[in-house]
Amino acid sequence: MAYDKFEVLTSTAYPLPIENVDTDQIIPARFLKATERKDFDINFFRDWRYNADGTPKADFPLNKEIYAGSKILVGGRNFGSGSSREHAAWSVYDFGLRCVISSAFADIFKNNCLNVGVLPVQVSAAFADKLFDAIMADPKTEIKVDLPNQKVTLVATGETESFDINTYKKDNMLNGFDDIDYLKNMEEEITNFAERRPF
Amino acid sequence: MAKTLFDKVWDSHVVRSVKDGPDVFFIDRHFIHEVTSPVAFLGLESRGNSVVYPERTFATADHNTPTINQHLPVADALSANQLDALERNAAKYGISHWGLGDKNNGIVHVVGPENGITLPGATIVCGDSHTSTHGAFGAIAFGIGTSEVEMVLSTQCIMQPKPKKMRINVNGKLGAGVTPKDVALYIISKQTTSGATGYFVEYAGDVFRDMSMEGRMTVCNLSIEMGARGGMIAPDQKTFEYIKGRALTPKGADWDKAMKYWETLHTDENAQFDEEFNYEASDIEPMITYGTNPGMGMGVTKSIPTAANVEGGAETYKKSLGYMSFNEGEAMIGKPIDFVFLGSCTNGRIEDFRAFCSIVDGRKKADNVTAWLVPGSHKVVDQIKAEGLDKIISDAGFELREPGCSACLAMNDDKIPAGKLSVSTSNRNFEGRQGPGSRTLLASPLVAAASAVEGVVTDPRTLLV
Repeated sequence: MAYDKFEVLTSTAYPLPIENVDTDQIIPARFLKATERKDFDINFFRDWRYNADGTPKADFPLNKEIYAGSKILVGGRNFGSGSSREHAAWSVYDFGLRCVISSAFADIFKNNCLNVGVLPVQVSAAFADKLFDAIMADPKTEIKVDLPNQKVTLVATGETESFDINTYKKDNMLNGFDDIDYLKNMEEEITNFAERRPF
Repeated sequence: MAKTLFDKVWDSHVVRSVKDGPDVFFIDRHFIHEVTSPVAFLGLESRGNSVVYPERTFATADHNTPTINQHLPVADALSANQLDALERNAAKYGISHWGLGDKNNGIVHVVGPENGITLPGATIVCGDSHTSTHGAFGAIAFGIGTSEVEMVLSTQCIMQPKPKKMRINVNGKLGAGVTPKDVALYIISKQTTSGATGYFVEYAGDVFRDMSMEGRMTVCNLSIEMGARGGMIAPDQKTFEYIKGRALTPKGADWDKAMKYWETLHTDENAQFDEEFNYEASDIEPMITYGTNPGMGMGVTKSIPTAANVEGGAETYKKSLGYMSFNEGEAMIGKPIDFVFLGSCTNGRIEDFRAFCSIVDGRKKADNVTAWLVPGSHKVVDQIKAEGLDKIISDAGFELREPGCSACLAMNDDKIPAGKLSVSTSNRNFEGRQGPGSRTLLASPLVAAASAVEGVVTDPRTLLV
């Protein structure tokens, strides 16, 4: 599925300073019954956002009006652990987020994000703390994520950190390409390889 | 150059290495199920692609299936729709499909090895993180997302950076009542839930050498719970005996040829790992978790650590204990429980039912416990009956359900009610994993059985003869 290109994003951010946020929290299994990819924002963090009776939990950051419309989420260490459900990445995207920042990501979630057009930005624990502190002090704190230069910046103070992304994935994000475009262009090479496999 | 087992299998599947990018990685075997595949087929069709090697993909229904009355139509419309979509897509593209009621049906990571689809030296993926299970056979097996499911369907490849390599050695002999599940939960408690992120693990040493194939599957299955993409164990005589003669394993001259290759699948002396850890079997006791991730585990006789004594943020730790309604320093033994779940791709195999029965034989289920015993496949059900375990189970006041993922992720009706405490042989104790508000204690089939008959968290060693 195609997604919008990602270049430079400047936005306020939702803070979620909790460690080991697993994909069962991002989207619980009981909401994985769809056969189409749409509206996964509805149940994004369902059990953290809503009480059992369906009323919103006012103190949960994603429900706070002061952060509404943010395109970035800053999460605690080991964000996205657990299940491989891509629905978690879809729900991030469908909620209007294009970037998740954390001091560490779980592997599969990180891959899934890159495949659906959400940029996972891994920063040092110290820089993540700086972001949390800044957002807590001022919810209107803006963060600039510059993919071409691989830099994340606290706009107000100018404090900056570089982040890693391989050239291939970076080009994909910048151009809105995905892996299937690449793989389909090397079909003959794959066919030749497949013929040599013993089983 | 000396190579690790992982290097040998990985390198032989790289079609092309992208400069400063991932490897184009060829997939020998692909499992699909009803939950993570429908959108992949939609994507495939919207691009005008087809399934390039349908004989390399295998479909089974497991995640979202009822575990009673499977002969009746599935009542939940959304679930029925997902099952229909899987069947339709499989039929359309000529993919083998083991739907509800099929004698080969069961949990994907149980039926793969049972039917000889899982082979040493193969690359295996599935839209499910516990695909790491198949590493027990010396395969490279890991979970993928739905975009990658579409890649495999339409090109038989995915694009993966090669993970770093870790070896975990456990030497010595396990004590009575200590099972493969305990070994895995022990390792995860040491590594934490993210300690092996970015790594692929090889398990080595006496303990894994002595372990049955079922036990090795349990250990490799749980690799993802410490963040590793997968785990693997070098194939040996036990591996070859397990797979020989199964429905889809190579036969005759093909078998002989494959054996020649498989015998090369071990880590060479002096091969380098990025990380290596050593643990002693004698330090491991029956384990139980007390928190909301699988790294929050301890010996069943121990007390819950204080926040000051754990790695990571104290706030997150306290939030976790708050969800469980447990206190720092509290003992787990003797805590009244409400539910017991025996099953899942972690502990839904014949050996797990044998272990469970070894404790409940001649005893009775406690009145305060609701127990769900869910075999991993129909073949496991058949074996349970062939060994007479079904009689032990019913005499002790338990009943067997039909195969599926069930209360491991509670997509179907098998949900633990809010606030209830469950001793579960599955793989995740995340908040609400077994149903909204449910509280999960992960443990071995022995701990589950002992707790089921006592009605409280119990050390199985007190019930062993």
